[in-house]
Amino acid sequence: MSGPSGTEQGDAADAPPGEERLDAREFGGGLKSYLTGLLLAALLTGLSFLVLDVPFVWGPAVPMALIVLAVAQMGVHLVFFLHVTTGPDDTNNVLALAFGVLVCALVLFGSIWIMDHLARGTMVEAAPAEEVGAPR
Amino acid sequence: MSAAEAQEDPYVLGRGRGGADAAGEGRGGDDARPSGRGEGGPAPKRTVVGYGFWIYLLSDIILFAGFFAAYAVLSGDLAGGPGPQELFEQRRLALETAALLISSFTCGLAGIAAGRGAMLRTQGWLLVTGLLGAVFLGLEVQEFATLVAEGAGPQRSAFLSAFFALVGLHGLHIAAGLLWAGTMMAQLAVKGFRPAIERRLMCFALFWHALDIVWVGIFTVVYLLGLAG
Repeated sequence: MSGPSGTEQGDAADAPPGEERLDAREFGGGLKSYLTGLLLAALLTGLSFLVLDVPFVWGPAVPMALIVLAVAQMGVHLVFFLHVTTGPDDTNNVLALAFGVLVCALVLFGSIWIMDHLARGTMVEAAPAEEVGAPR
Repeated sequence: MSAAEAQEDPYVLGRGRGGADAAGEGRGGDDARPSGRGEGGPAPKRTVVGYGFWIYLLSDIILFAGFFAAYAVLSGDLAGGPGPQELFEQRRLALETAALLISSFTCGLAGIAAGRGAMLRTQGWLLVTGLLGAVFLGLEVQEFATLVAEGAGPQRSAFLSAFFALVGLHGLHIAAGLLWAGTMMAQLAVKGFRPAIERRLMCFALFWHALDIVWVGIFTVVYLLGLAG
């Protein structure tokens, strides 16, 4: 091994979630990474509240705007706070994350989709208009 | 390791001597170099522990996904009771969100201080993290007490049952995190910076950051979407 090369430094910067090497000068981007994350997260949070209070987004589009901002902020947290990267030591973590996201998406969208259909089916079958909203 | 080799194999994917020979370059004594891919021996314990805890966190997030799904399905069923727009307070929500976000940041600062072996600063930032978490938890308990006093407890409607279940589950996690932060401070004080303690500190940081991610989902889906109507 011929001492630290560019590759070695690259590996140290590409740390897995929470990996904070003691031998590196400053792990995972260090203070800069956390400051960037805090700034971006505060910006996105502020924007979420602003979208709600100030009518600069078309009314019916507000829910979608809020969801987009939330997904963006989750990404910021993953990268700058949890240090999930595409580095070599991180492949397993990224694959596990992808699988977790898949399961969450199945649970969420599956439940919403199926229950929505069930509610609509029940409405047509039995309930007159007044009783909709009573126990499903 | 030569510059040409680094260019060819930037992420150290080569499997020892065979790969290097095939590429026409002997690697000399590089065979023992850990690549994290099996050839160079097991990955460092810190990486393995981080991966294991990451799997736990993802399973925890899947648990939250189930509660989110229940909330999404039931949020319209008010049973004649009060809805989100009458119940939620934006000022308290902003305070809670700020407290949790800043505590996530100070938790990262504690990790940085621990990496430098600065005991006093590590303890200080952990304390700030725990105090901000306690502020968050206090605000949430206050909100729950207000709702129950207004007659909008979990038994009022399916919407409120789902709301208390989801937000309460997150609150329980925060309470466990506070206990963990206190335990870490005590262990650091008594045992100092040992590798095992440092790994536990890393797991705590992962846990705390993950809870902040879950809160991003809650404050958007439950509170802001509820207030948007």
